[in-house]
Amino acid sequence: MLRFRKTTFFLFVNSIFSSFLFGCSAWQSDPQTTVNPKSDMAVLIQDLYVLVFWLSVGVFIFIMGAIVYVSIRFRERPGVEAKQFHGNTKLEILWTLIPILIVLTIFLPTASAIPKIKSDAPANALQIDVVGKQWWFEFKYPELNITTANEIHIPVNRPVSFNIESSDVIHAFWIPQLGGKVDMMPGHLNKMWFTPTEARKNAYLGQCTEFCGTSHANMLFRVFVDEQEDFDKWVLSQQQNGMKAQSELAKEGEKLILNNIAFVTDNGTAIGCVTCHKIEGTNAMGMLAPDLTHIASRSTIAAGRYENTKENLIKWISNPSRMKPGVSERSGGMPIYEDYLTPEQIESIVTYLLELK
Amino acid sequence: MTAVLPLTVKENSNSGIWSWLTTVDHKKIGTLYGISGVIFFILAGAEALLIRTQLAAPNGTIISANVYNQLFTMHALMMIFLGVMPMGAAFFNWLVPLMIGARDVAFPRLNALSFWTFLSGGLLLTSSWLFGEAPDVGWFAYAPLTEKAYTIGKAMDFYAAGLILLGVASTIASLNFVVTIINMRAPGMTWFRMPVFVWMIFVVAWLLILSLPVLTIGLVQIYFDRNFATNFFNPTGGGDPLLWQHLFWIFGHPEVYVLILPSMGIVSEVLPTFAKKPIFGYSAIVFAGLSIAVLGFAVWSHHMFTTGLGPVPSIVFSASTMAIGVPTGVKIFNWLATLWGGSIRFTTANLFSIGFIALFTIGGISGVMHASPPIDTQQQDTYFIVAHIHYVLFGGAVFGIFSGFYYWWPKFFGRFLDEKLGKINFWLFFIGMNLTFFPMHFLGVQGMPRRIYRYDTDLGWDMWNQVASIGSYMLAVGMIVFLYAVWKAYKTEPNAPDNPWDAPTLEWATSSPPPEHDFDVIPVVHDRDPLWYNRDNNIVQEQVTDEHIHMPPPSYYPLLLSIGLLVGGIGLLTTLIISFVGVLLVFYAIWGWVLEPTS
Repeated sequence: MLRFRKTTFFLFVNSIFSSFLFGCSAWQSDPQTTVNPKSDMAVLIQDLYVLVFWLSVGVFIFIMGAIVYVSIRFRERPGVEAKQFHGNTKLEILWTLIPILIVLTIFLPTASAIPKIKSDAPANALQIDVVGKQWWFEFKYPELNITTANEIHIPVNRPVSFNIESSDVIHAFWIPQLGGKVDMMPGHLNKMWFTPTEARKNAYLGQCTEFCGTSHANMLFRVFVDEQEDFDKWVLSQQQNGMKAQSELAKEGEKLILNNIAFVTDNGTAIGCVTCHKIEGTNAMGMLAPDLTHIASRSTIAAGRYENTKENLIKWISNPSRMKPGVSERSGGMPIYEDYLTPEQIESIVTYLLELK
Repeated sequence: MTAVLPLTVKENSNSGIWSWLTTVDHKKIGTLYGISGVIFFILAGAEALLIRTQLAAPNGTIISANVYNQLFTMHALMMIFLGVMPMGAAFFNWLVPLMIGARDVAFPRLNALSFWTFLSGGLLLTSSWLFGEAPDVGWFAYAPLTEKAYTIGKAMDFYAAGLILLGVASTIASLNFVVTIINMRAPGMTWFRMPVFVWMIFVVAWLLILSLPVLTIGLVQIYFDRNFATNFFNPTGGGDPLLWQHLFWIFGHPEVYVLILPSMGIVSEVLPTFAKKPIFGYSAIVFAGLSIAVLGFAVWSHHMFTTGLGPVPSIVFSASTMAIGVPTGVKIFNWLATLWGGSIRFTTANLFSIGFIALFTIGGISGVMHASPPIDTQQQDTYFIVAHIHYVLFGGAVFGIFSGFYYWWPKFFGRFLDEKLGKINFWLFFIGMNLTFFPMHFLGVQGMPRRIYRYDTDLGWDMWNQVASIGSYMLAVGMIVFLYAVWKAYKTEPNAPDNPWDAPTLEWATSSPPPEHDFDVIPVVHDRDPLWYNRDNNIVQEQVTDEHIHMPPPSYYPLLLSIGLLVGGIGLLTTLIISFVGVLLVFYAIWGWVLEPTS
């Protein structure tokens, strides 16, 4: 019985351990993985992590092995008495020194990596201001005069410097493959920079990681690392004003949005799309909600939560709170427009939005 | 006097509901702590099961976002403040006087007061569920999310009022046990003959005394921000949300040691008994405990590595955090050396203690990993951290507590917990806990943030979440087995001898269960392991039966004073006039308390 228990215990520990190693390689392909770094800073962190990981594996095997060994070797047996001793100074000094050495092996590279990660960005870095809001991210490129939301493009092999803030509660800004997370604090400006090293079609996933209220789980964003020429094209298109509506349906939607200041009157305050949203080159000048000038160029809506399709946009405008809890309930949140507009009106608005490339 | 004090307890009966409500006996108070702790532990566990059920598959729809946010907040608050802390309190209430050879604590009525105040705070906090106002801001409740602008309703006021009451309870208990340990040790029980458990409780008491005021300040400030329009944490009014984080974690980190040190003490008692040899490196273990406590006050900012801390504080807090790994490592080695050369009996209590060493080690290792700030920026607020805290608090604190249950049950109640059921309980807990929490390391590495009520399908998180959920149900079954063992023990006749395990410490010198006055004769201590010393030197404690033993009489006033505090707390949530009534009640209770005859 005793034997059996020890063996199961050992097998169990062993299986955990091997799945851990097996997993390590499998996880590198996961879209939000922390162990497949694609920027200089993320590589710095990964190097530290690998060192600490193997030290940890060593300590883990040693202690678990010791527990199993002691449990088997010194189990109660007839005729064997326990040895009575109280301590051993030499041993105790030795096993105070061993943890000190292990800790120093971790601490020294840590202490040398911190100043690098926290250093100032190089002068040629692309500046991006990012502001966390309940529950989305606003991005501005001050030098390029671009404003967008929840999705950014950056060029490969050029340093990017983020100026990180929040306009309400604390959020956190995290793109696991490109660097560690930085909190978005109201009233504090935080900085972070890195140089992305791999351009790819698929976005790098980012997510808010500091609990920030009802829809914290739905506060996502995407980073596209482009080759320089793709990035330049993207910049050019983003710098344009919002396009005029083309199709008949879209023209109706355009009229609905731009000519109606209000569909809803909320405590004497008129609320329509233009109260909160901006479409560059029109009278939609709102500053509170995501910029819609080029909404059709983005791959997702609702802060990375849904694909940017006609269907989802209709659902979203009809009742955003059903798509993303808390959005309409919070003060200054998006109204539930199905209470004020007909389905045809909403469809025309969506048609217009999808022409805003 | 009776005319002035209509509430004097007339009959000194030892059973019935009133004997429990008015008791000042440390053993009964310990039992009360234990029962309420286990009940809250079960409730908080049920919350965890709901969480795991929601997360078992991607895009969970069983629970709404708002309820989910309440569940994880309340799970943490209840586990920490209402489950693990009071279960620890159950042990130190029961054991400290017995282990140091005293007949009660220094201030028996204060002891009752701390229990009733704890219960008031616990009920106040949990009653928030009944009003649909359970806090939903995470257990560390970062401002400014907790400000009126973002958390309307009373949820955050429940949090503040509840935790203030719980803080009062813990502070009173801590002062009481510090005085008890300093003053009431039996003749010959020098500081370095004290059981390790008593040392750990001494350290815990100081941690609470020094850290709780900081939390209370923060709680009062957030209450004022919300109700009296101050701006302590409100950035738009010139306040600073970072201030809350500092205040919270200056309390919050020592709190982690408040949770784990009692269990380290329990393990340090259980291992020598079942290895049949003295603890290895007693003074090293004691000094390691002391240095953990001191360093515990110098590491709080490691919870804040991502807040934009500059390079120098990052390096300093990283160094102090890693430094804590050293005394922790020393303890683990010493426990292993205690087993070395022994003749180990694998009782349930011992299995839980050995399990503690293994699981706590894993929690310690992951702790050192995110002591490195760059690594922490990848792990902070992910499931890696969730795995870490549960290895420390479930694999550590809770395993220690269950070891204590199986070890001291015969002493407390004169009945054994069934060993067979106990072993089933242990293996369900041990395997269940590893199934639940080990995959969370993987999820963290895969980038899954904590506190999300749903996740997308294509992120690679499905399988490990499913495994974790299965593990959590195993833990629930383990808990049911434990409760069945308790029920079974309750149904059997008391049959435990004084010292069934041949243990070395003083609590085993008296009968099982101990008489109200603990010891017929106060024992004289000659050695660190007094009962083994007596056994090996054929010393028989002389019994003098005619000694007059004075025990403090029961009292209504601790309960009354706590009710006053509870009414005061309710006033904080409704209208301050009610608080005024509470204050009057408190003053009345103090007046009666002071004038109450003590014999």
